[in-house]
Amino acid sequence: MIDGFLALYLFMLAAFTGHEIISRVPVILHTPLMSGSNFVHGIVLVGAMVALGEATTPLQMWIGAIGVFLGAGNAAGGYVVTERMLEMFKSSKKPGSAQQGAK
Amino acid sequence: MMNSAQLISLLIQASYFAAAVLLIMGIKRMSSPVTARSGIQWAGVGVLVAVIATFFHSGMHNVVLMLAAIIASTALAWYSGKKVAMTDMPQMVALYNGMGGGSAAAIGASALLGFASLMAAPKFVAAQPHVNQSQLVLAVLGALIGSISFTGSLIAFAKLQGWMDKTFRFPGQQAVNGLCFLAAVAFGAMVVWHLEPNYIVLFFAAALLFGILMTLPIGGADMPVVISLYNAFTGLAVGFEGYVQQNVALIIAGTVVGAAGTLLTRLMAKAMNRSISNVLFSNFGGGGASAAEIKGSLKPIDADDAASLLYLAEKVIIVPGYGMAVAQAQHKIWELSQQLIKRDKQVKFAIHPVAGRMPGHMNVLLAEAGVPYDLIADMDDINPEFPNCDVAIVIGANDVVNPVAKTDKSSPIYGMPILDVANAKQVIVIKRGKGTGFAGIENALFYQDNCRMLYADGQEAANKLIAGLKAVDSGGGH
Repeated sequence: MIDGFLALYLFMLAAFTGHEIISRVPVILHTPLMSGSNFVHGIVLVGAMVALGEATTPLQMWIGAIGVFLGAGNAAGGYVVTERMLEMFKSSKKPGSAQQGAK
Repeated sequence: MMNSAQLISLLIQASYFAAAVLLIMGIKRMSSPVTARSGIQWAGVGVLVAVIATFFHSGMHNVVLMLAAIIASTALAWYSGKKVAMTDMPQMVALYNGMGGGSAAAIGASALLGFASLMAAPKFVAAQPHVNQSQLVLAVLGALIGSISFTGSLIAFAKLQGWMDKTFRFPGQQAVNGLCFLAAVAFGAMVVWHLEPNYIVLFFAAALLFGILMTLPIGGADMPVVISLYNAFTGLAVGFEGYVQQNVALIIAGTVVGAAGTLLTRLMAKAMNRSISNVLFSNFGGGGASAAEIKGSLKPIDADDAASLLYLAEKVIIVPGYGMAVAQAQHKIWELSQQLIKRDKQVKFAIHPVAGRMPGHMNVLLAEAGVPYDLIADMDDINPEFPNCDVAIVIGANDVVNPVAKTDKSSPIYGMPILDVANAKQVIVIKRGKGTGFAGIENALFYQDNCRMLYADGQEAANKLIAGLKAVDSGGGH
């Protein structure tokens, strides 16, 4: 059982981690990062699966099914959209000779 | 020796641990352009591992229904995510985020119903299972935040998708919203104290309604901040419901996103020089603002003259706004830039932090068109360069280049950081008509002596400018 101060420490450390890992992110990555973090909380699907799997009443079952449906959409949609955005960024790794003229 | 049930439980825990590590490393990698792409893949593996492990959870029922829901939703989301245009990305993020919030709220609802049936059960002699008070409180809090994020994100989606009027206001709105929020909190407290299904229903009704009410009055210009805020909300809700389920992966991933999302929201609000409370509770983007009169007139220019100006320029800065993306002109504008570069002009793109509909959205759109990274400059880097710039081309941007943000205290956008396009030697504004921007205010830049208006659709204007440049070439410029 994670409870009391152990839980508080866990929340505190996770919050600092979240703050630290993105504190130096360049503006160009704000949108993909927002989209990416949107995908990361798609792990909620796991919680919804447990809620549905342990449902004991029909009402809980339907609520759980809705939760799984929504959670899966969060995860799948978040992944596809982020991947598509970041895919375009790779092309700029070597921008080619075009910008030589600009310098 | 451990039996097989214990072994499976251990493996599930190990999978969740691996998932948490992969998700954190994934976000970390996504915060640098070099590793960003692998970042989303690491995170993807993390979620996949956790989902597969969950199927082996002891005592899982309804597996068929579960699989059906996952497959149906994944197929829909995958298809819509693949198909959506880059310009419509923000509302898709809002939609998927809302789904996550709704999922967290559903977990909360299920947990609360479970607690309620525990309480209602006849007292057994020996082990009367009692409800852990902190789990109960966090289940309510997570459900509250998740519900607000759910309906709020859906409204944000509907607004950005153009299904709903940009703003919706009535007298006493703040008071109504405040009452609705208090009602949600009060019913939440009743749930904690009494755990009766009726209170649970009332609590969710109030929380879901508040999400709608809270988002309705917020205008389009502020939507990025709102989506980012709801993203952080969903993260927090997931973290809280993770505590209720005692699932460390959910606690860690949710809290990390909650914190990262809050920071991102603050960065965004700061870029717009607005506090988060200002965004949520004030009437930005409402139009009808009584800003000071602007003197002068709009001076039109035709494409050939504009092309000549470009031909003579040495340094050109292009300031794209969301209007350019709406007109799908980014490819043409990049073509125009290449023509200029070919003629030995220095070309840069100046990006306002909130250009597009989310911070960095414009960068994504330009990257899609093939514009290399190093030609794209942030506001702080490019602003000192405007005085040395021969021609600044503003295309589809409006409020973010409006100098009244610096000069007119009565203006609703006063104090918002802007691109100092007004300092360029010559400004060409490509614009379809004479309308105002998101904030509904006149732009003093357009009336300046050094500013010329090129009235055309973005693509058409870029085409004409390219043709104009070529005409000057053959006309004996060289």
